[in-house]
Amino acid sequence: MAKAVEELHRVVIRFAGDSGDGMQLTGDRFTNVSAILGNDISTLPDFPAEIRAPAGSLFGVSGFQIHFSDEDILTPGDLPNVLVAMNPAALKTNLNDLPKGGILIVNEDAFTERNLEKAGYTANPIDDGSLEDYQLFKVKMTQMTLDSTKGIEGITKKDAERAKNMFALGLVSWMYTRPTEPTIDWIRKRFVKLPHIAEANVAAFQAGWNFGETAELFATNYEVRKAALPPGTYRNITGANALAWGLIAASEKSGLPLFYASYPITPASELLHELSKRKNFGVRTLQAEDEIAAAGIALGAAFAGRLGVTGTSGPGMDLKAETMALAFQLELPLLIVDVMRAGPSTGMPTKTEQGDLLLAMYGRHGETPLPIVAAITPSDCFDAAFEAARIALKYRTPVILLSDTFLANSAEPWKVPDANALPDISVPFATETNHDGEFWPYLRDENLARPWAIPGTPGLQHRIGGIEKQDGTGNISYDPANHEYMTRLRAAKVAKIADDIPELSVDEEGGEELLVIGWGSTYGQIREGVRRVRAAGKKVAHAHLRHLNPFPRNTGEVLKRFNRVLVPEINNGQLVRLLRAEYLVDAKSYTKIQGLPFRASEIETEIQKRL
Amino acid sequence: MADEGNGSTQASGDGGAVTTLTKKDFTSDQEVRWCPGCGDYAILAAMQSFLPELGVEPHNTVFISGIGCSSRFPYYMNTYGIHSIHGRAPTIATGVATSNPELNVFVITGDGDGLSIGGNHLIHALRRNVNLKIVLFNNQIYGLTKGQYSPTSELGKVTKSTPFGSLDRPFNPVALALGAEATFVARSIDVDRKHLTEVLRRAAAHRGTAFIEVYQNCNIFNDGAFEDLTSKEGKELNQVRLEHGKPIRFGPEAAKGVRLTDHASLEVVNVADVGEDALLVHDEHREEPSLAFLLAHLASSPHEPTPIGIFRDVQRPVYGDAMEAQVSSATEKLGKGDIESLLKTGDTWEVA
Repeated sequence: MAKAVEELHRVVIRFAGDSGDGMQLTGDRFTNVSAILGNDISTLPDFPAEIRAPAGSLFGVSGFQIHFSDEDILTPGDLPNVLVAMNPAALKTNLNDLPKGGILIVNEDAFTERNLEKAGYTANPIDDGSLEDYQLFKVKMTQMTLDSTKGIEGITKKDAERAKNMFALGLVSWMYTRPTEPTIDWIRKRFVKLPHIAEANVAAFQAGWNFGETAELFATNYEVRKAALPPGTYRNITGANALAWGLIAASEKSGLPLFYASYPITPASELLHELSKRKNFGVRTLQAEDEIAAAGIALGAAFAGRLGVTGTSGPGMDLKAETMALAFQLELPLLIVDVMRAGPSTGMPTKTEQGDLLLAMYGRHGETPLPIVAAITPSDCFDAAFEAARIALKYRTPVILLSDTFLANSAEPWKVPDANALPDISVPFATETNHDGEFWPYLRDENLARPWAIPGTPGLQHRIGGIEKQDGTGNISYDPANHEYMTRLRAAKVAKIADDIPELSVDEEGGEELLVIGWGSTYGQIREGVRRVRAAGKKVAHAHLRHLNPFPRNTGEVLKRFNRVLVPEINNGQLVRLLRAEYLVDAKSYTKIQGLPFRASEIETEIQKRL
Repeated sequence: MADEGNGSTQASGDGGAVTTLTKKDFTSDQEVRWCPGCGDYAILAAMQSFLPELGVEPHNTVFISGIGCSSRFPYYMNTYGIHSIHGRAPTIATGVATSNPELNVFVITGDGDGLSIGGNHLIHALRRNVNLKIVLFNNQIYGLTKGQYSPTSELGKVTKSTPFGSLDRPFNPVALALGAEATFVARSIDVDRKHLTEVLRRAAAHRGTAFIEVYQNCNIFNDGAFEDLTSKEGKELNQVRLEHGKPIRFGPEAAKGVRLTDHASLEVVNVADVGEDALLVHDEHREEPSLAFLLAHLASSPHEPTPIGIFRDVQRPVYGDAMEAQVSSATEKLGKGDIESLLKTGDTWEVA
């Protein structure tokens, strides 16, 4: 029986289940197939901090949301159109987000008395009529998965049951007319050494697809056509990979081997994992004994002439602060990556937050301004990493690169850049004496950067350290006037970077009263919110900061052009303080501190209120 | 600032004439600012004198220090150097040494810097076997902060921060290093220039992490801490000189010896009573560190017979070498990395 195919422009699906149910994998596969199909996509994984939380518990629910469209999209979507709930706990924790009338697909087999009890249900919601406002589809996923894998040699019941996520993927793939071959190929490759597991997963996937095709439950399947994207080669990319690859590109284009020293911490560990795989790019990775050591090792590598990078999240930033100040005093290039998460302390380590901006700006003893770059989208992590490395090398200064959990874990299609077209960011090492036959390590070039003379260079032996330097010679100096001079000089060097970064551009049509200005990972949500306001016939301007220190040189001028300024942030109001302090504008704060990104609708509503 | 050599020709890589370097080539133009009479002067002089003999060049030599009196050391060496952060010198040195295996990298630290605030980095540097020479100046006191007890001060030490006596037991640095599986562990004394120089020479020849504890007198805040090993009488009575392959004997006329008991401990015996054959023969190269560990505990403080010399010298893979080998083997296996193809790994699609 041929079913009706309905064309849609955009769909948001959320897969939710136990942390052991493979929801991240399911979502990831659906994402890749949608990307290959040419849809524009944006994803938001949401997983618990516990590695294997007790099965069926509310706090063990893991989710993955994907937004795919035939139009250019900017966010992982606000609310899902479709919720796939693999058990009662997943239903309970996610149902609030599903709008009335939304499609709800549940694994009926998991709605046992025991699971219902764990989720706090006294009655079975899929039977008691409480879900009648939704399009509820009860599917015996576990049983059908088991049936489909019968007869596969060597497969245990446990193995077979674990394939039920592929059943769900098959069903949803049918609903949204995704091709099956890429997923089947992928399953066979993934389990190449375990052919019986591969066959079980393929069987479950096909069973899910066939169920959609044949069951009377689903009257329609849907099609989302290709998005109109600029021509080129595309891939799907997460922020974590983009950042790692940006560092590798910076290594290549600077001619300096990358030395990445890090201590495991969520969500920055992904960088260590990805870079550790890339030794054939000359990448050296070192898992240090602690956060402080990681910073010290990267700094030592920088002294020796490598591209020294350390990565962490908030708590690790606290520990690295003393080393950042030393690197600032030594005036050596060092890149510090902070993949921000919800704090303080352990906070919510798998959830996102923009909580470390003021830390990056001010969180060190003494007068220690550091340049700050913040990535604005998952794919921008590539360019932001490259840019941060460029600044560090050119100005011989530590640079903080801010990403966050949302950017690191989210994925979007990325037009793969032409690697050959990336600019050369190499800087020369000092090889000659520079002052009457002597080498003065604190003489400066036109950018106020001091010479980088690496150990092993004949005749340029010099000692540097944390103690205040005499201008020029770099000798220890306790001279009061010299300290003031050097403090101002170091600050001036960082401030001067403003001449070397793009001006702040404003997305405006003319005649706006209100400017919405954000920074970092809120770019997509703010832009989408602004679009919606404009679609409703209102006027609003948007600017987004990628350089936080120094700010683009025209920032004050931009702010002062508008009567009102709104600063949305995923924190308790940090950029807003910097803008008010720096530019004396009456900027208003709008914040969300739930470990989640904004919804475009929240931005839209807030803008409407302020117009 | 940088210093040129004193005009002598330095060793050149192209087979040119090699003129012997002198102490002057390793001496910077900076005024040495330790207290008059400090033991650090002797260690500095020993270092500046022995380096030229090694045939290493100032520009291939790096001194990294933390914070404390001893950590001013790099300023006085005409080499590359960083005076860094309290306790963190082993981390920075690890970055330098693993980035460039050609360099001779020294860490200068003290009992507070290396064993208190930087204890974690010390043990991990030793465990990794990075190519570093770590010289720990042990004066059993905090000097730069003007006289608080340190992690090597004896129990009950009365200082400004412990007017009623300290309550925590001291570390035994040699035992700690052995416990961390250090591949080279030695102890020497500031005033014994000949012995110190020999130990430094052996450490420099060791590929991997070398740990050298140097008993160093702080004549301001802890004067005489090692008097029982350094006075004319004490030296003879209490210095137990370790020599590879020889029975361990000490004392006037070498009348005392060290014997391994049946219950896995060491005892001091009269050689005349037991005969030389009964004595423990020192073996620096013994893979298993337990005997070295027992030797480290022969004395509970430097006021009794105390082993001086090389406790352990074994070969293990060096961290930086292993890292380079891994980069080479990965490159061989995967081919030299190409950014263009990296960016296109996995699924890609064309938009026309």
